[in-house]
Amino acid sequence: MKRYTEKPAILQELEERILICDGGMGSLLQAAGLKPGELPGTWNVTHPETLVEIHQAYLEAGADIVTTNTFGVDGLKYRRSGAGRGTGYKSAAEEESEGGPFCLEPVIQAAVRNAREAIRRSGKRAYVALDLGPTGKLLKPLGDLGFEDAVSLYKEVIAIGVREGVDLVLIETMSDSYETKAAVLAAKETCSLPVFVTMTFDESGKLLTGGTPASAAAMLEGLGVDVLGINCGLGPAQMREILTDLLAVSSTPVMVNPNAGLPRSEGGQTVYDIDAEEFARIMEDIVDMGARIVGGCCGTTPEHIRKTAERCAGKTPVPVTRKGRTVIASFAQAVEIGREPVLIGERINPTGKSRFKQALRDHDLEYILREGVAQQEHGAHVLDVNVGLPEIDEPAMLEEVVRELQSILDLPLQLDTSDPAAMERALRICNGKPLINSVNGKEESMRTIFPLVQKYGGVVVALCLDEQGIPETAEGRVAIARKIYERAAEYGIGPEDILIDALCLTVSSDSKGALTTLETLRQVRDELGGKTILGVSNISFGLPQREIINGAFFTMALQNGLNVAIINPNSEVMMRAYHSFRALMDLDAQCGDYIRLYGGQKAAGAGAGAGGAAGAGGAAVSGGGGIPGSSGTAAFGGASGGGAAAGAGTGPALPTETDPASRLSAGVERGLREQAAEAARELLKTREPLELINGAMIPALDRVGKGFEKGTLFLPQLLMSAEAARAAFDVIKEHMAAGGQQQEKKGTVILATVKGDIHDIGKNIVKVLMENYGYEILDLGKDVPPEQIVETALERQVKLVGLSALMTTTVPSMEETIRQLRREAPWAKVMVGGAVLTQEYADSMGADCYCRDAMASVNYAEQVFAGDGGFRKA
Amino acid sequence: MENGAWNWNDREIRRYLGMGAGGEEAPEPVRALIEACKEELMSAASPKAVWREFSLTWRGDGWLDFGCFQTRSRDLSRNLRDCTQAVLFAATLGAQVDRLLGRYGKLDVSRAVVLQAAAASMLETFCDQENERLKAAYAQKGLYLRPRFSPGYGDFPLTCQRPIAAALDLNRRLGVTLTESFLMAPSKSVTAVIGASPIPGNCRIQGCEACKKTDCLYRRETISSGDPSSAGIHPAQE
Repeated sequence: MKRYTEKPAILQELEERILICDGGMGSLLQAAGLKPGELPGTWNVTHPETLVEIHQAYLEAGADIVTTNTFGVDGLKYRRSGAGRGTGYKSAAEEESEGGPFCLEPVIQAAVRNAREAIRRSGKRAYVALDLGPTGKLLKPLGDLGFEDAVSLYKEVIAIGVREGVDLVLIETMSDSYETKAAVLAAKETCSLPVFVTMTFDESGKLLTGGTPASAAAMLEGLGVDVLGINCGLGPAQMREILTDLLAVSSTPVMVNPNAGLPRSEGGQTVYDIDAEEFARIMEDIVDMGARIVGGCCGTTPEHIRKTAERCAGKTPVPVTRKGRTVIASFAQAVEIGREPVLIGERINPTGKSRFKQALRDHDLEYILREGVAQQEHGAHVLDVNVGLPEIDEPAMLEEVVRELQSILDLPLQLDTSDPAAMERALRICNGKPLINSVNGKEESMRTIFPLVQKYGGVVVALCLDEQGIPETAEGRVAIARKIYERAAEYGIGPEDILIDALCLTVSSDSKGALTTLETLRQVRDELGGKTILGVSNISFGLPQREIINGAFFTMALQNGLNVAIINPNSEVMMRAYHSFRALMDLDAQCGDYIRLYGGQKAAGAGAGAGGAAGAGGAAVSGGGGIPGSSGTAAFGGASGGGAAAGAGTGPALPTETDPASRLSAGVERGLREQAAEAARELLKTREPLELINGAMIPALDRVGKGFEKGTLFLPQLLMSAEAARAAFDVIKEHMAAGGQQQEKKGTVILATVKGDIHDIGKNIVKVLMENYGYEILDLGKDVPPEQIVETALERQVKLVGLSALMTTTVPSMEETIRQLRREAPWAKVMVGGAVLTQEYADSMGADCYCRDAMASVNYAEQVFAGDGGFRKA
Repeated sequence: MENGAWNWNDREIRRYLGMGAGGEEAPEPVRALIEACKEELMSAASPKAVWREFSLTWRGDGWLDFGCFQTRSRDLSRNLRDCTQAVLFAATLGAQVDRLLGRYGKLDVSRAVVLQAAAASMLETFCDQENERLKAAYAQKGLYLRPRFSPGYGDFPLTCQRPIAAALDLNRRLGVTLTESFLMAPSKSVTAVIGASPIPGNCRIQGCEACKKTDCLYRRETISSGDPSSAGIHPAQE
């Protein structure tokens, strides 16, 4: 991407020759006396001479790039040195540094000055890289650091480094793509210096948080980094395979800084399995393979770098080639768009779906997540995410849904909104390289969207329409496509990052509509060499039995070169068209996927077949290490043939349960989700929802609850029942939404895991049970500050607040929450639970109720809301 | 992780599920769910462990000095009695397990509960295996290892997670981080101190037994003094 008006010197030099980076710092500092646990950055200030000498040794060994001693230096660790005091331990560093607080700025200033001084002394021409590492925190939702907080932490350091005059920013040893994205954005938003990023893979070739070289490269190239690569974790020999993968996909120069081999402990010292000579020999291979910058990481010394420089510095570099791949990625996997058709699930979209609209209004994210999971199980490679509804705050909702989806699914996303503000918010926090839906040929649209693509990266969907509307001919549409390619190029966006949407209008209003679309697809493929996308189902709008037309048109479109189809993957007809196409087009070796999917099925049977489709066939998905088990074996009850049986109870319905009412109560009691849902569906044909709830479901839940309290049933069974009940409730909700009704709630309850605690399983258990008993749950999540709980209680005048804490260390935060609630919302009752709590604890905190288990919270709520109405009174 | 046999501790999984530590099998639907979760964990987990030895200095007045940090804990002191060295140890099942837990926690909570129990047990078994290897290695040097003792057990401050994480370089080597409240993320992770002593002997004060919450649903009922590797963790510690 075009970022520079004048190319920085280091990038110019990189085009001409192999550059040498310096090597390890930590082990050299330890050898010089750095104590375990002591913060290495403090030495910039306390031992500048040592630092200058180390840098100088690397420069004299042949390094062109010296990295500042700022790894791990950030506002989390360096605001004050006394961070550990009063916390029950004393660190060695603290012992040393009593009375000498180290602040961020002088530590970074000294780091840059030490590097500059070394360059001056060496008399060499060399570059200073501001070294940034991980914050040491996992980002939410896995950890407790917010994405924007991470961006700010990095910005703080980069701003100081830039002021001190570094030549480039080196983000290294990153093992989480999300944190890496935060660091890169911070760099791009703070300066215009070159940004180099190297990540750490383990011996299986994955990042520690999941992710592959291909998925990482997709995201980093989308973000426009200047150099990407690998460092730490492994020795040079183990990096070769990862490097091969990276070089195959990267259009960006690659940098490799391995450890000095694989470590082992010898008499308390870490030693590596190869020597400097062997290291350098492999590094030479690595340069021959195509690396453009080589250096070292843990355990490497000036000697390693000297030998490496001797072998590599003079070599003719392997040219960096543009791969021209169209690729999108989640944090875990890359999906290449090309020969294999790619399927985008279209179901996360409120258009024409009253239940989905209701979910958006109710902030019912679970419903949306379930739509996502079901589509993955049915074989979607990508999920479209559209949450546009006039009465909701779309930017906030889109951001939240994207966050939630990417926390539970490893599929890349298509961000689908016409609101540029919503698009930018979603792009910012998207953990990967998404599809951006959409831009069109109007100047205004291109001016708005292309800068977003340029900044955040993504493959953009380009609609063939402009100020004059949608051309009626293929030629007209192709002309717009050409215009879009040209304008995109001005922003440095290559044709590989554009998908042309040939547009599909309903054939019922224009009998030539399909032909025009098909011809457009063909021309974009044959004449422009471009990639295409289509919302396939539009073709049948207004026709009966739409799937018949959709399926046929889908096959025709694929035949005309369609690369990406936005479809309903839950539709058996569409999936059949897809799998047949693959088998017929030699995309399915020995028809293996086809046979696996349809081999055991009776002809034309509907239903189960598609259930196992996930993981079958499919686009060029690399990696797939994101959420193992999420394709194929994941068992979300009800949705797929794959694993539902494992989630629910087992065994067929008893022969006596022939009437649907008995099937419903037995289904709930024994935790059989599909049976409960199916029976509810049947009953709703003749009965009122309340009859089902009060007549069958609540009594069944009560029986299970009693069994649990008596100890004849255990927690998993209680929850299986609860989930079977909620499957039936989902059917009821759908029924009511279709009839324009809304379920009446018994009362509103806040549930939250308190600040500092990131465990939410207990809270989730309580939530699923209470929802079944008709309560509206405001689930504030985990690690929730007291203020947020109080604010919600005030805003919604909530009568009952449930707080969960799993660790003794977070009990004080529970106490504080209760204190604030008492002061601000004295009417609210507070119930508390969690593994470490006891009745005495609860009493001492002033809670109204200690809930030993999940049923106890339901019972207490029944007391609090007694007389407030609800199902039972009906 | 690689496919293959894993030595599951079904009794422990049932105990974590609040089903008691008795020998009886779980009822059928639960049993099937446990089996499904085990299978899922086998592909999701990537168990990794690191350790490093530090010499232990007894500073008096209850202070223990590990070189990289000092702490004062009566329970840890008892656990480390007669020890001259201490191995700082950490293990994790990795981030993928947390993602699965998060996913099921939102959409399938019965499965989340069982998965969480199975994962806690898997981590425990993995730590035991690693411990056995360490034990054998130390036996060759004539040193006897004490049971693992983790920050948060008894009066061993949870805050010691911070220097232990730093000393073991946990972020870089295992991808394990600490939250502001000293919890580990990914959550299926363990840190521990393992004492090494020239004197054989076992310390009976282990994880579960050191806990003050005697009415805990998950409390281990029996402790066999001949099986020091059975040191449990409170399920809340995950």
